[in-house]
Amino acid sequence: MSASQAAGSTSSLTARLGLTNWRQNIIYIGFVVMFIIFAVTLFDKGFLNPNNLLNIVRQTAMIAVMAIAMTYVLSAGEIDLSVGAVAGLASVTTAMAIDAGGPLTGVMAGLATGVVVGTFNGLLTTRIGIPSFLTTLAMMGIATGTAMWISDTAAVPIISKSYAWIFGGGNVGPVPVLLIWMLVLGAVGHVVLRRTSFGRRVLATGGGEIAARYSGIDTKSIKFRVLIISAMAAALAGMLYAGRLQSGRFQLGQGDELSVIAAAVLGGTSLFGGSGTVIGTIVGALMIGLINNGLILMGLEFSQQLIARGAIIILAVALSQGRK
Amino acid sequence: MTAATPVHAVEMKGVTKSFGGVKALVDVDLQVEKGEIHALLGGNGAGKSTILKVLNGVHVPDTGTILVDGKPLAEISPEASRRAGIAMIFQEMSLIPTLTVAQNVFLNREAKGAFGLIDDRTAERRTRELFDMLQVEVDPKATVGNLGAGQRQLTEIVKAISQNARVLVLDEPSTALAVSDVERLFTFLRKLRSEGVAIIYVSHRMDEIARIADRATILRDGRHVITASLSELPIEAMIEHIVGKRSRGLSDVVRGESNVGKPLLELENVSGELKPRNASFVVHSGEVVGLAGLLGSGRSAIARVIAGIDPIVEGEIRIAGKPVAITRPSDAIEAGVALVPEDRLRQGVISEHSVASNMTLAVLDRLSSNTFVSKKKIRDLTDEQIARLRVKTASRDSAVRTLSGGNQQKVVIGKWLSTEPEILVLDEPTSGIDIGSKSEIIMLVRELAKAGKAIIMISSELSEMLSACDRIIVIAEGRVMDDISRSDLDDPSAPKDDPIAQLQAAERKLQIVIQNALTKNQGGTHVR
Repeated sequence: MSASQAAGSTSSLTARLGLTNWRQNIIYIGFVVMFIIFAVTLFDKGFLNPNNLLNIVRQTAMIAVMAIAMTYVLSAGEIDLSVGAVAGLASVTTAMAIDAGGPLTGVMAGLATGVVVGTFNGLLTTRIGIPSFLTTLAMMGIATGTAMWISDTAAVPIISKSYAWIFGGGNVGPVPVLLIWMLVLGAVGHVVLRRTSFGRRVLATGGGEIAARYSGIDTKSIKFRVLIISAMAAALAGMLYAGRLQSGRFQLGQGDELSVIAAAVLGGTSLFGGSGTVIGTIVGALMIGLINNGLILMGLEFSQQLIARGAIIILAVALSQGRK
Repeated sequence: MTAATPVHAVEMKGVTKSFGGVKALVDVDLQVEKGEIHALLGGNGAGKSTILKVLNGVHVPDTGTILVDGKPLAEISPEASRRAGIAMIFQEMSLIPTLTVAQNVFLNREAKGAFGLIDDRTAERRTRELFDMLQVEVDPKATVGNLGAGQRQLTEIVKAISQNARVLVLDEPSTALAVSDVERLFTFLRKLRSEGVAIIYVSHRMDEIARIADRATILRDGRHVITASLSELPIEAMIEHIVGKRSRGLSDVVRGESNVGKPLLELENVSGELKPRNASFVVHSGEVVGLAGLLGSGRSAIARVIAGIDPIVEGEIRIAGKPVAITRPSDAIEAGVALVPEDRLRQGVISEHSVASNMTLAVLDRLSSNTFVSKKKIRDLTDEQIARLRVKTASRDSAVRTLSGGNQQKVVIGKWLSTEPEILVLDEPTSGIDIGSKSEIIMLVRELAKAGKAIIMISSELSEMLSACDRIIVIAEGRVMDDISRSDLDDPSAPKDDPIAQLQAAERKLQIVIQNALTKNQGGTHVR
């Protein structure tokens, strides 16, 4: 009895973390293995140097923030391709608003950018019924175009030191503010997905839309809300980019959508909806950062980095998604 | 309402419903008591699913009243029915495969703990209590997608019960279940009955109904035939009432003389992954052979194995005496086998594409040279098939979706006749089409047999099968249980000058053979 209870409690612990399936655990194993390999082979190149490790975090925080929201989008059976472009747009609107009205106005402008884009994505997808793949693909161009237009394709400098400190540039003791953002949002994202009825409805919507509707869930509203969350997260990522680089530019975040989706899928979130884990997603994002960093330290050329990164991601996803 | 008069769990009175001009239900009564398992019986098109959809709030009846627990339904809507405590168990419709059993049972009304966060442990505990109370074992923590069909069904029922359902509707619940799961389901239903739940049980398996049901209501052609307790309804009587005297008939299709030739298709000990199991039979040229059996018996599985859609695990298929390896559909097409599949819109046609492109899809290679498709050849072939099958279409370029069901089916048949098959397998070729087209399709089947083709026909409408076939093979649980010549099903006592009566007599005989095959398979008792 006590033995079975002990087994029961460990299985419920893993279940609560969303690790019921060993294939979903592969990301954690892979992360540790990759880390050890880099630690051993790149030891003399300073891989384990705390500064280098914190840099990995700084470089992946924005991807992680967007990927946390993407976990919701994918779990609900949708996709958001516009996140990178929206990050760029939000960095520009924030920088311009700070210039015009100070940091607070800037933050409001950045978040408003997310709300507006998310509302468009959500309405087009749920009311008109355009697949989110197309809605957000179109939004990608619209957002980048708008950012180029309003900024005249030039970088918009941010002078506010306090903004730059809070959004990306600062450190609390040795800990980068970006790490705090990532951990706080990750913890909230995890609890909301696992432990609130909203999270459960997201998973139900993606797991079986018809059955979810039969159970009284407003699946359209769920999809609408996850798309808003995703656009807000993208806007926040753009604000973090802007704070870290003390300027807003349309190029910030360009191409990030692929890393974001890869991070979520690496972490065990299904592209077909119904299952997702925020913790896995964050580890997935860190793993992508780890690979980038390791490959650079190895001295590979950019072309070789691209090939190696692609191969590693395919391998990891194949292992985690593989079915008999 | 005084305590003295017993309140019925469900009381439907004088329900009439027509669709367009067709009367699906005429003045039907259905009364179900609390703590009763009530079987609802009838052939295809008898009106079973229509009356259930009325009860479930999906269809609004033209006339009639519905009382649930003595109170009239406030309105006819799925929501109102659900609130009144009516739960219909759809086949795997209301479960989310990626969530656990407990999460599914409490979906959208989750147990909440501190800070309003979901408390899955409480849900698991309460789910376990429900399962314990009903004495079945399902792990509340298991993911639904990993469960077998039986456990999924129990989960659906428990989900309904946990929402205080007082009337459970189960439509063919045993089709997807293994024998041991059916036992478990029955124990479970008896337990629910003792809790006072009213259960409406729809099934074609009369052996099951005889075991589980207390009373039965039989419908035929949209009318109420009889409601009686099971002790007054032996299986022969049930069949009698189900088949009855029908006005519509296919007796105008005269089965001409058949000239049965050499064996064209031979199956020897053929097994698939699940079904069929060790199936052996022969189909000769010039012969129409029917595969009879209930839904889920493995009739379609045999068709899919022959057509190379499902893999053959064991055994041998011979065509014209030569063993052939059929591992994919193109092998079967090359060997001269064509399958007109069960699900016309999903498996048969591409409904947005034109008649011509559908009819020539399987033979594009023959109609093209150097990968360029000859438009003229497509036109010629399509026109030839349209004329031959008398397809009613505005033009050969009209989208198939604009055609009626019967004409869509003719397009599918035309598509496969274009491959010039020697062996034609038709899976439910007449489902969802009007009576005129049905007769036409059956006549076509007879013509093709006369031209020397070997034909396998699967149909749930026994009268059609009897009109079309020379021989009928009975399938149960994926096995060949019986192989009867059509003439053996003729009843010498039926009046010779009344083809309708003859057909009905044969249908009763075939029904009994099919029901016997089920009990034989489980080592049960025989019906005579």
